[in-house]
Amino acid sequence: MQEAKSEELKSLEKKEYQNLVNQVKPKPPLLKNFLWAFGVGGFICVIAQMLLNYLLFRGMSETDAGSSVAVVMVFLGALLTGIGVYDKIGEKAGAGSIVPITGFANVIIASAMEFKREGYIFGVGARIFSIAGPTLLFGFTASVLIGLISYWLK
Amino acid sequence: MTAARKQGQQSVIFAHPPVLSAWASIVGPKEGQGPWARDFDKILDDYLDGQSSWEKAENKLLQTTVKTAVAKAGLDITEAELLLAGDLLNQIISANYAARELNVPFLGLYGACSTMAESLLLAAMLVDGGFFERVVAATCSHHYTAERQYRAPVEQGVQPSPSAQWTATASGAVLVQPGGNGPRITCATIGKVVDMGITDAANMGAAMAPAAGSTIQAHFADTGRPSDYYDLVVTGDLGTVGMKLLKRIFVQHGIVPQPVYSDCGVLIYDGLPNVKAGASGCGCSAAMLCGPLLQKLSRGEINRLLFVATGALMSPISTFQGESIPGIAHALAIENT
Repeated sequence: MQEAKSEELKSLEKKEYQNLVNQVKPKPPLLKNFLWAFGVGGFICVIAQMLLNYLLFRGMSETDAGSSVAVVMVFLGALLTGIGVYDKIGEKAGAGSIVPITGFANVIIASAMEFKREGYIFGVGARIFSIAGPTLLFGFTASVLIGLISYWLK
Repeated sequence: MTAARKQGQQSVIFAHPPVLSAWASIVGPKEGQGPWARDFDKILDDYLDGQSSWEKAENKLLQTTVKTAVAKAGLDITEAELLLAGDLLNQIISANYAARELNVPFLGLYGACSTMAESLLLAAMLVDGGFFERVVAATCSHHYTAERQYRAPVEQGVQPSPSAQWTATASGAVLVQPGGNGPRITCATIGKVVDMGITDAANMGAAMAPAAGSTIQAHFADTGRPSDYYDLVVTGDLGTVGMKLLKRIFVQHGIVPQPVYSDCGVLIYDGLPNVKAGASGCGCSAAMLCGPLLQKLSRGEINRLLFVATGALMSPISTFQGESIPGIAHALAIENT
């Protein structure tokens, strides 16, 4: 009985403390963060769109042009990560630079750079997808499932 | 039978208060831009410091700091009898490898960012107990080694939360001796692990503040000292968020009058732009103690200091398993007597 009561008191204390923390905790500057994310994310998409339009204009087929744009954007993301610029952009832009495909390149290259000192097998090899891994696994799984569904529906 | 040295629930009083006879601190480039640059022994030009990895740089940082502290006491490193040290990395590798190079008898400690207080209070006990006469207490942290272990790869573009703290690249070492000139450790309070259910790893100040509150309250209760006894009560790395919370906790726990209180994590980057909630890391409180704070004591600008190093005992594994972050804090009274 005594023990049950002290447990209850403890969880009440914790709840009270959590409320206090929420009062004191600084609020992120939401509007500023939104604008940065919108601006940077939009800018990345505009570059990709311009590239796509250019490739289509030069007579590339739609599927080929789409794949080429993805390749170029991944390269740009990797390059900016390699020269130490992408993390500075990400600090300001948040999801604006994480969500586009350049952000995907960033997490892979950043992991590879980070673990190079532990060697190419157990460092780079084993850890390169430590952050992008879940995206790959569940992305592949989802694409297979959707492929099967569309196959059965036809 | 010797007189009881334990007082109250958690505190010890030193019969012959040990002396902090020499100390040294080395900091990274960012910490060197703060307001305390002239009080540190050395400021690194870059984070690698000529080494091939950040881990090696951190190990060198600790080694150099220990050597500098011992040399300032006019001793050779071979004359140090015992090294008590720890750091933030898995298996406390910085301390282990530094001890390998220094070739001094070694006890490795882990208290997360509370390690400076933990090592110093043990050093004081070993010296006051008459076991050793030249004990070095030391710790260090490095921004990039901690970042890769606890958070994300350095080049990954993530947006830090406003309550996040920046792990300081810094280290501190103190030589503790039974006699001589210097401030003395008069008493110490060993903290309990306190966990108020905080799970946000980007808000460690909030996770540690209750532990600091518990230890400070126990210290005043055990020693019978009034809460305005000290010229300065300083916590390790609560940052701006934890500092605000601790001030509220002082009021809730009836610690009045409010002590003159500050926090090393807030002080070390004071006035620098874009530091979010301030600094964290073992080295943060260690460098502040073994630089500006002990300097102030030896210049007589303050005479009674309560140093409360705080640690968040978190691990990425337990965080992923949904565990909350336990905190700990140990208090040391350092006084000019």
